[in-house]
Amino acid sequence: MIHVIAFYLFAVMTVASGAITILSRNPVHSVLWLILAFFNAAGLMILVGAEFIAMLLVIVYVGAVAVLFLFVVMMLDIDFAELRAGFVRYFPFGALVAIVLLAEMVLGIGAYRAGSLTLGTPNGTAATPAGASNIEAIGALLYSRYLFLFEAAGIILLVAMIGAIVLTHRQRGGTRGQNVDKQNRRRPEEATFNVKPEVGKGVQL
Amino acid sequence: MTSFFQSLGMTHDWAWFVSTICGILLIALPLMLSVAMIIYADRKIWAAMALRRGPNVVGPFGLLQSFADGLKVFLQETIVPSAANKGLFLIAPVLTFSLALLAWAVIPFNGGAILADINIGLLYVLAISSLGVYGTIMAGWASNSKYPFFSAMRASAQMISYEVSIGFILICVVLWSGTFNMNGIVLAQKGHVFGIINGFVANPLLFPMWVMFLISSLAETQRAPFDLTEAESELVAGYQTEYSSMAFAAYWLGEYANVLLMCALNATLFWGGWLPPLDIPVLYLVPGFIWFLLKVLFFFFVFSWVKATVPRYRYDQLMRLGWKVFLPVSLLFVVIVSGYLMATGHFA
Repeated sequence: MIHVIAFYLFAVMTVASGAITILSRNPVHSVLWLILAFFNAAGLMILVGAEFIAMLLVIVYVGAVAVLFLFVVMMLDIDFAELRAGFVRYFPFGALVAIVLLAEMVLGIGAYRAGSLTLGTPNGTAATPAGASNIEAIGALLYSRYLFLFEAAGIILLVAMIGAIVLTHRQRGGTRGQNVDKQNRRRPEEATFNVKPEVGKGVQL
Repeated sequence: MTSFFQSLGMTHDWAWFVSTICGILLIALPLMLSVAMIIYADRKIWAAMALRRGPNVVGPFGLLQSFADGLKVFLQETIVPSAANKGLFLIAPVLTFSLALLAWAVIPFNGGAILADINIGLLYVLAISSLGVYGTIMAGWASNSKYPFFSAMRASAQMISYEVSIGFILICVVLWSGTFNMNGIVLAQKGHVFGIINGFVANPLLFPMWVMFLISSLAETQRAPFDLTEAESELVAGYQTEYSSMAFAAYWLGEYANVLLMCALNATLFWGGWLPPLDIPVLYLVPGFIWFLLKVLFFFFVFSWVKATVPRYRYDQLMRLGWKVFLPVSLLFVVIVSGYLMATGHFA
């Protein structure tokens, strides 16, 4: 009973906030609705017993990725009239993407109904092997059977990170950077000195 | 507690429901009361270190000062700026306040006294604390005012930066204890060093991690010396500038509840939680709850002490400390700790 209520609550909230994400006019609101969608998706993950994935979803997507989204969107000065002016021009492309997505979804649902996927069972019991907690099961798989795939994924991410840094890094001339070690090594006796000038004579620095 | 309600003739589901509600109230109400008292303690400690008297008028020794302040903000008018984004402006303090309470669900107060004894306890804490930034960032943006906005930018950059190194520090603790369960982490610290000292902090490999965790938790809760989001000389009152009345009070309570949470995490992860400091049978006569409370209060004193004595960081220094010092050092320690555990056959 509570499973069903929780499932429909999370599912309806996920779909609804996903819909509002693309319908909302204010981009900041869009990102916040997207975050709500992530959060409810995490709730769905918990319902199928994948609590580790749910927590990672919240930590990585909600805690880091969406914050950066929000950061960028908040600082953009978006002209809505200009944004909507291109609607007709971009419509064919948008429709193409929509058709591709629809085809993928139909294929996916068809494959699922054919019974080739055995992730969780529909009554909500966990798909994890008996006797092992989520984290242990994932760790055992990732670091033994799928070790090379896992490391390859890591290397791809590293390359992407280096690529992003190379693309955005620029050498700026004429800046005066601080040398923190030099600042910390500086002692009062070499930085200050006492002078006792005679009245009306001034000081030689 | 579920079995107690079952003995009153409830079905298991209802008994579970009622006992969970009771558990939440048992944590949240004393927490709110202790937040009120801890604000008083903070002001008293701060005053004592500045050779002042601190609050001493309302009630004996000024003990009721926080309640008087609470009554004051309760009676104030809630002002919503006309240019503000009203919905977000009002949701933001509620979010901060409720997130500050949520993380307490997995803190073990005593052997069995934990609301949700889940095996991803520490990840849950990380998830909740990574959500904390939204309360600030939404307030900053929804206020539609420049100082709150600057403050929100600072806050989010600061919290993201320090969360990275906190993650690596926690990995070291998890590696050593072999579990994400908070109670399991506490029990793993029993007789950790020489079979007599309870606590990871006495371990030479984990002691530097604790120092970094303490500093990171100061940064994470935006306490001095990292209180750049509320640097009053630059940003008026930071992201709270436009807030008044209970919305302001919600931030205030949430902030101190977060500080207490960080103290509790310091105590739980490194100082043995509800275990007594030494693994001697006599010390176990004192209830674990008392030990836990003493440790939390000690860390709160350290937080106040730092606030009273350390000058505020500059923003670039803060970022440098997070990214160029803490991140490499904590990453190095993950390698060292896991290497040591592997070499000594800890996992076998």
